[in-house]
Amino acid sequence: MSASALKSPRSAHELRRIITSQIGWALCGIGLLLVIAPLLDIVGVVAWRGLSAFSWHLFTENTTGPNGGLLNAIEGTLLITLFAMLIAIPLGVGAGIHLSEYGKNRLGSVIRFMSDTLTGTPSIVLGYFSYIVMIIGFGWGFSLIAAAITLAILIVPYLARITELSLQQVPNTMREAAYALGAKDSTVVFKVVLPAAASGVITGALLALAISVGETAPLIYTAGWSNYGWSGHFTHSPVGYLTYVIWTFIDQPDAKSHALAFAAAFLVMMVVLAINIGVRLTVRRTKFN
Amino acid sequence: MKLRPFRLAVLGLSLLIPAALCAVVLFLVIYSGQAIFFNGLHFLTQISWNLGDMYSDPVTVRGVQVPSGANYGILVFIVGTLASSAIAILIAVPLAMGAAIFLAEVVSPKIRPILSMLVELIAVVPSVVFGLWGIAVLVPLIGHYLAPNGSGYGLLAASIVLALMITPIIASTLLDALLQVPRENRESAFALGATHFEVVTKAMMPMVRTTLIGGIVLALGRALGETMAVLMVSGGGLNILPTSLFSPISTIASFVAGQLDSAQTDSTNMSVRALSEIALVLFFITLGVNACAKLLSTGALRVRKRA
Repeated sequence: MSASALKSPRSAHELRRIITSQIGWALCGIGLLLVIAPLLDIVGVVAWRGLSAFSWHLFTENTTGPNGGLLNAIEGTLLITLFAMLIAIPLGVGAGIHLSEYGKNRLGSVIRFMSDTLTGTPSIVLGYFSYIVMIIGFGWGFSLIAAAITLAILIVPYLARITELSLQQVPNTMREAAYALGAKDSTVVFKVVLPAAASGVITGALLALAISVGETAPLIYTAGWSNYGWSGHFTHSPVGYLTYVIWTFIDQPDAKSHALAFAAAFLVMMVVLAINIGVRLTVRRTKFN
Repeated sequence: MKLRPFRLAVLGLSLLIPAALCAVVLFLVIYSGQAIFFNGLHFLTQISWNLGDMYSDPVTVRGVQVPSGANYGILVFIVGTLASSAIAILIAVPLAMGAAIFLAEVVSPKIRPILSMLVELIAVVPSVVFGLWGIAVLVPLIGHYLAPNGSGYGLLAASIVLALMITPIIASTLLDALLQVPRENRESAFALGATHFEVVTKAMMPMVRTTLIGGIVLALGRALGETMAVLMVSGGGLNILPTSLFSPISTIASFVAGQLDSAQTDSTNMSVRALSEIALVLFFITLGVNACAKLLSTGALRVRKRA
């Protein structure tokens, strides 16, 4: 058969198939556009309106109202995140070590399942749990420590699974070599396995940091709100935080409040996106999900 | 057996996770005990949520102190949650499928990581920022062009924001699965004379169907529990079932988040207990959905190994 014989005119059926395919590709392309366009719009709108609201007094004045700054909210978010990470990192990494090194059994899979369940629990449920236990039950009132513990409950299972994943990528021969030299369990983990998997664990901690900076729902019932900077008390003293400014100030009628909400959103979004983009660019090949 | 302190220590740390989960369930159950007793099954079937008169003396009903006239029914919130999540899924699934197929088959491997990173980044934008965007951009759009009463807040706005938030979950699950389809399957479909698009729809999609469904269920779990974005754009409907796409609604999660003030003013604490019962309902709904997703994803793994 020569090449020209293959070029016979297309039948109606064939034509319909080709046209269907073209339409299909076009629809898929539109789908991708519709997924990415809102992200660009969100970043664009928040950056534009957030940046136009920027001035030095955002960082020097407390959030007393529409005319205030964001100082205490920024401070509150930093403190809540800091203490949440201080609580969560030892627990999460420790749990991850157990799951990866000694968790290849029934108990390990039960813990894994419960951990995934806790990750899937809506954050407002965790916030409400903390409200009835810590705020009402322990009588702590809205406080820094209740907020930090709530966020820690949220991110510990996440950290544990990421730690487990990255420790799993360390080849077994390294563990065997260390044990053969007479190393103890703790030496093997801290001197051999953890250093080899450090980049993965740090990545997990950074992503957890991004989550805690952006969370709102678990803080409503635990941190409360304060117009002033941190009093230095861990209990009985509510703290402000940036995401609170976003969702309450946008409901106010005046433009100045809206500007503050957008400025706060800009700060939060920049931190979250910078961490996530940075992590994805440095650890291209590894997927943590 | 030799005692190994280090192993015991990390075991103790990892047991804290199940302990936390059990504590959440246990304390929600204990705290909502009186409310469960007072509300009975009407809790799930009644429309009216009424905190009662907080300033008059509380009355005692069935041995429980409640504000007079108090009645707690959450049917409105259950309907709001299911409706907004269902519509969000209806919007998100076609978009995510289109995006994933386009990324897997059309986009060159060089720029695929950039575009798929953009899609994944949508999932990390804090939900309160989505809500802010909803109020600033989406709600005015809906109010101006679509809504008959001119208010953009309501079921449609909530569903669209939810759809945006869950699309990346479905899309990245599907993209991963599509990229793992063996070369042979694609090539044999091509050899039968299928067009490229037919290869995707008739040879590849059936292979990844289970994974896709698992991703959709996972996304559903996220949508059901989503709080802030919905709270900000849903219009906060109360005591009335939604009748159209533009009706104000509340979801279970957004309602709990918005009720802090009433929880603090009730001297009998009954509303706090009822809210705790709602949180418990939400917990079990998401638990069920996530367990389904888990079952589906392990099932998908088995199918792929056999293929």
